[in-house]
Amino acid sequence: MAGTNPTPTEYIQHHLQNLTFGRHPEHGWSIAHSAQEASEMGFWAIHLDTMGWSVALGVIFLMIFRKAGMMATTGVPSGLQNFVELMVEFVDNSVKETFHGKSRVIAPLSLTIFCWVFLMNLMDLVPVDFLPMLAQKFGGFFGADPEHVYFKVVPTTDVNATLGMSLSVFALVIFYTIRAKGFTGFIGDLTLHPFNSPNKLIQALFVPVNFVLEAVTLLAKPISLGLRLFGNLYAGELIFILIAIVGLWQLPLHFTWAVFHLLVITLQAFIFMMLTIVYLSMAVEQH
Amino acid sequence: MNLNLTLIGQAIAFAVFVWFCMKFVWPPVMQALQERQKKIADGLDAASRATRDLELAQEQANETLRESKEQAAEILEQARKRSTQMIEEARDSARLEGERMINNAKSEIEQEINRAKEELRVQVSRLAIEGAERILEASIDEKQHGQLVDKLAKEL
Repeated sequence: MAGTNPTPTEYIQHHLQNLTFGRHPEHGWSIAHSAQEASEMGFWAIHLDTMGWSVALGVIFLMIFRKAGMMATTGVPSGLQNFVELMVEFVDNSVKETFHGKSRVIAPLSLTIFCWVFLMNLMDLVPVDFLPMLAQKFGGFFGADPEHVYFKVVPTTDVNATLGMSLSVFALVIFYTIRAKGFTGFIGDLTLHPFNSPNKLIQALFVPVNFVLEAVTLLAKPISLGLRLFGNLYAGELIFILIAIVGLWQLPLHFTWAVFHLLVITLQAFIFMMLTIVYLSMAVEQH
Repeated sequence: MNLNLTLIGQAIAFAVFVWFCMKFVWPPVMQALQERQKKIADGLDAASRATRDLELAQEQANETLRESKEQAAEILEQARKRSTQMIEEARDSARLEGERMINNAKSEIEQEINRAKEELRVQVSRLAIEGAERILEASIDEKQHGQLVDKLAKEL
């Protein structure tokens, strides 16, 4: 619990605030002491907790898989190698079913997305107060006011993290579109659908309408991709926090919600991966 | 929930992870998978080939067995034929030999009879002459009457 006796609102707000490092107009480069200070820092601030956990989890994922890859033998696979091969084959099959173009990037990309997002989501199942309290003790040890040490453990409940990934995917989508269809093809995709006409004059009238529609379609992809993951995990985290307020009854509730949430985090990681593959295959395929 | 530098940081981290995964994680695992697949395929192939070989060998063995049985039967048949032939031949030659021996014996007997007859005739003629001499009480000159005696011996 944050501080001495926080009200439920304070408790929730405290839990939903990231550990932000940035340049405050008044205090200079520092860690934000409140939500207000954090927002005053503007764009040039960074969430240390989000970055830290996501990078750490990514490194863990890559280390485990790299180790399995190095030890990989053609004989009978043992425990870790078996698991890794299972994941790799699962992702590879998903990619092969959906994506019919040729690309060396897309399968490892999908594997990375699935495992990384899953691990980041998995942090949601760590009891909500456990790591923040550790962080407060740690911060207090270094002289910070424990009440103002914010710590958000689940990177995917940070909209920056999910949008960061979805925008990277979006950049890849555009790159693949241009590579497959050329720049003119990309522009044609944006302006010649869904309305077209053999008459040049009417076609010219359709172009702006098409562009607006297609631009919305195109931009909706990364935004929905990022916000879907964020929304699901944010809501899940919020419910964990709310459950944590109700006192002793939180134990069965917590357990029930965690079991349910186990499904959600796996599903969301899978959805993020599948949608990435689908968007990329749409980028490559001709209409 | 402000949009800030984390967005870019996350994108960079993501890109680095994907690159690392693509370079150092995916290839060895995939290679191992493919190699194992090939190994299993080869194994299955070898197994089916071995089964086929076995079938072939069995067929061959059966064929050889059948052939040798046939040969054995043929040899037996030949031997039987040959033995009956030999028996037949032996019987024939034995019969011929027997006949020949009987003929020999017969001719010998005839000779013997003839010789006995001759002797008997000579003796009878001598006896007759002696008898005649006794009767006549005079000796017959053998030189004088040789012709007569011979004529007598021939008539007997």
